[in-house]
Amino acid sequence: MLLKAAYNQMLLIRYFEESIERLFLEGRVMGTAHTCIGQEAVSVGVATALQPQDAMTTTHRGHGHFLARGAEPAKAMAELFGKSIGYSKGRGGSQMMMAPEMGFYGSNGITGGSIPFATGIALDASIRKTDRVSACMFGDGASNQGVFHETLNMAALWKLPVLYIVENNGYAMSTSTDQGLANPCIADRAKAYNIPGVTINGNDFEEVYNCVQQYAEAARQGEGPALIECMTYRLSGHSRGDPRVYRTREEEQEAWKRDPVKTMEKQLLERKVLTAAQIEEVQQKTTAIIDKAIITCENAPPASAAEFQNSLFAE
Amino acid sequence: MRNITFTQIIRETLEAELTRDETIFLMGEDIGVYGGPFGASRGLLEKFGSERIRDTPISEQAITGIAIGAAVAGQRPIIEIMFMDFITLAVDQMVNMAAKLHPIYGQNCPLVLRTTPGAGRGYGATHSQSLERIFCGIPGIKIAAPSNARDGSALLQTAIRDNNPVLFLEHKLLYPMRFEVDDKLPEPTPFGYAKITREGEDLTIIAWSYMSVLALQAAAKLSNDDIEAEVIDLRTLAPLDIDTIIESVKSTGRVMIIEEGPLTGGFAGEIAAQITEQAFEYLDYPVKRLAGDDLPIPSAKSLELNCIPSVATITKAASDLALAD
Ligand SMILES: Cc1ncc(C[n+]2csc(CCOP(=O)(O)OP(=O)(O)O)c2C)c(N)n1
Ligand SMILES: [Mg+2]
Repeated sequence: MLLKAAYNQMLLIRYFEESIERLFLEGRVMGTAHTCIGQEAVSVGVATALQPQDAMTTTHRGHGHFLARGAEPAKAMAELFGKSIGYSKGRGGSQMMMAPEMGFYGSNGITGGSIPFATGIALDASIRKTDRVSACMFGDGASNQGVFHETLNMAALWKLPVLYIVENNGYAMSTSTDQGLANPCIADRAKAYNIPGVTINGNDFEEVYNCVQQYAEAARQGEGPALIECMTYRLSGHSRGDPRVYRTREEEQEAWKRDPVKTMEKQLLERKVLTAAQIEEVQQKTTAIIDKAIITCENAPPASAAEFQNSLFAE
Repeated sequence: MRNITFTQIIRETLEAELTRDETIFLMGEDIGVYGGPFGASRGLLEKFGSERIRDTPISEQAITGIAIGAAVAGQRPIIEIMFMDFITLAVDQMVNMAAKLHPIYGQNCPLVLRTTPGAGRGYGATHSQSLERIFCGIPGIKIAAPSNARDGSALLQTAIRDNNPVLFLEHKLLYPMRFEVDDKLPEPTPFGYAKITREGEDLTIIAWSYMSVLALQAAAKLSNDDIEAEVIDLRTLAPLDIDTIIESVKSTGRVMIIEEGPLTGGFAGEIAAQITEQAFEYLDYPVKRLAGDDLPIPSAKSLELNCIPSVATITKAASDLALAD
């Protein structure tokens, strides 16, 4: 059942992201977006391991995390359409959505910006002694921000219930990890803060799920943070219209062989969780969900300028 | 009535607020046993414990970002940035996260960032700056800049109870100053109300934070020469009480704005622009700005005091403005 539900979610993310790329090509949505095609197993593995009361934060590349946490596709997509039904009422766009009621504490346009934010949520959990864990998603590029080091040190000192989950997808925009990391193993940095650090296969749902669940439980028991490095690959371009001049098509072909969605489909068939016909059915249902979301967005009223003008401060 | 220092009333106010609301906590460098560099949190650790008076490593960006996260999750953090100069390291979190939380993400961020601007103690170029200008053009951040003990307490209470990020300026020269205050702490004062600290009809002098202290001293001297200055202490820069300014300017026709930070790119320029837009026809003379030199703050006392407005330079400039035809 776990695998089946995970597959549904991974496929939803894949189709959502593919539709976003299509909508840009057709000129139907505005701004920019960073899709996570190829990284779906991380999103779903982490989200499945979390409890409803847990928190998750993400980055500019956050659709997958948010959908895995239960976002309504139409309300997320509406941010790209600039519509009032969006999670940020059209004000945020792809990179700025938040829904605390779902344990989703936001995407963030500043690389590394959410690392202390997620940690503050963990600080709140530790002060109030709730059993909430905060899952902080970020990229290999973000791990080079100074605030990463400041924050991990503090979280370790205070034994906060926060998991630092880095998606090492090989690139920060055009900068490969070879160019950007003096030590290619990001998990090694955990040693500097005296916390556990592990590197896992981020393209394998079960491996992500098991690992995150283990460290989430430990954090819940008061054992403090962990750094989990998920090795993956961004099959899509960095953002809309990325010509991908910094890597070869051959390299991409190789990476497609490790496509987490295809890997999952193979597993489902091998283990007889689903038949080929059932997989096709899931695909059709998911296509219908995305198509409906697009129609909902197109028919929704535009973001309200008057309402935004009065939104600067809280009461 | 009693006579106490600015430090004392800030400490008492923090203590009262920490007692009133359990979700409030303090976080910063050396605020616990050490009591903060100016002693504003001395004694609070003993009373509230290390969970609520939380010493941190030297990590301004993480302190700020963690506080913002905790604020959105339901706490009411008060963080301290030891010297305002170090706020550069916290700017990203304030500008890109705190200021966006309500208008973009729809979340409350009840956060107070206390910090200490100002020169006058010979601390040199990286421990003396008034950098509020960085935040004046950032919609979504409130800025309070008291000039006396009563307002320090009243505005700090308002800041702590506000559901938005507030930058709270405690000028370092205010800390040791003594003020007559009530035995009881004052009620919170709403933001966006400037105070006319002296009435006069010859010119208007606008200031905030420690410059308001100097402005009043200069106004007393001017009075000896039969020049009556109206002094406006802004108390908050954001929101700015432009109405009180315009009303005063309409009656005096002459206005001088004092700012401790460098002249170029300062908040005085913004106030001048608003006055010119809204009351140009009432002005007998161009708006005058008296501000710090466009230089870093040097250490030697003789150099330092020469770089920023003083009672003497304010008095001279105000007198020139009042008498100009
Ligand atoms: C502070 C900051 N610097 C630079 C950028 C521009 N930028 C956006 S995403 C990105 C790459 C981030 O790489 P990584 O953290 O590995 O995440 P990925 O894009 O691979 O998911 C860059 C340079 C930014 N948004 N914020
Ligand atoms: Mg990357």
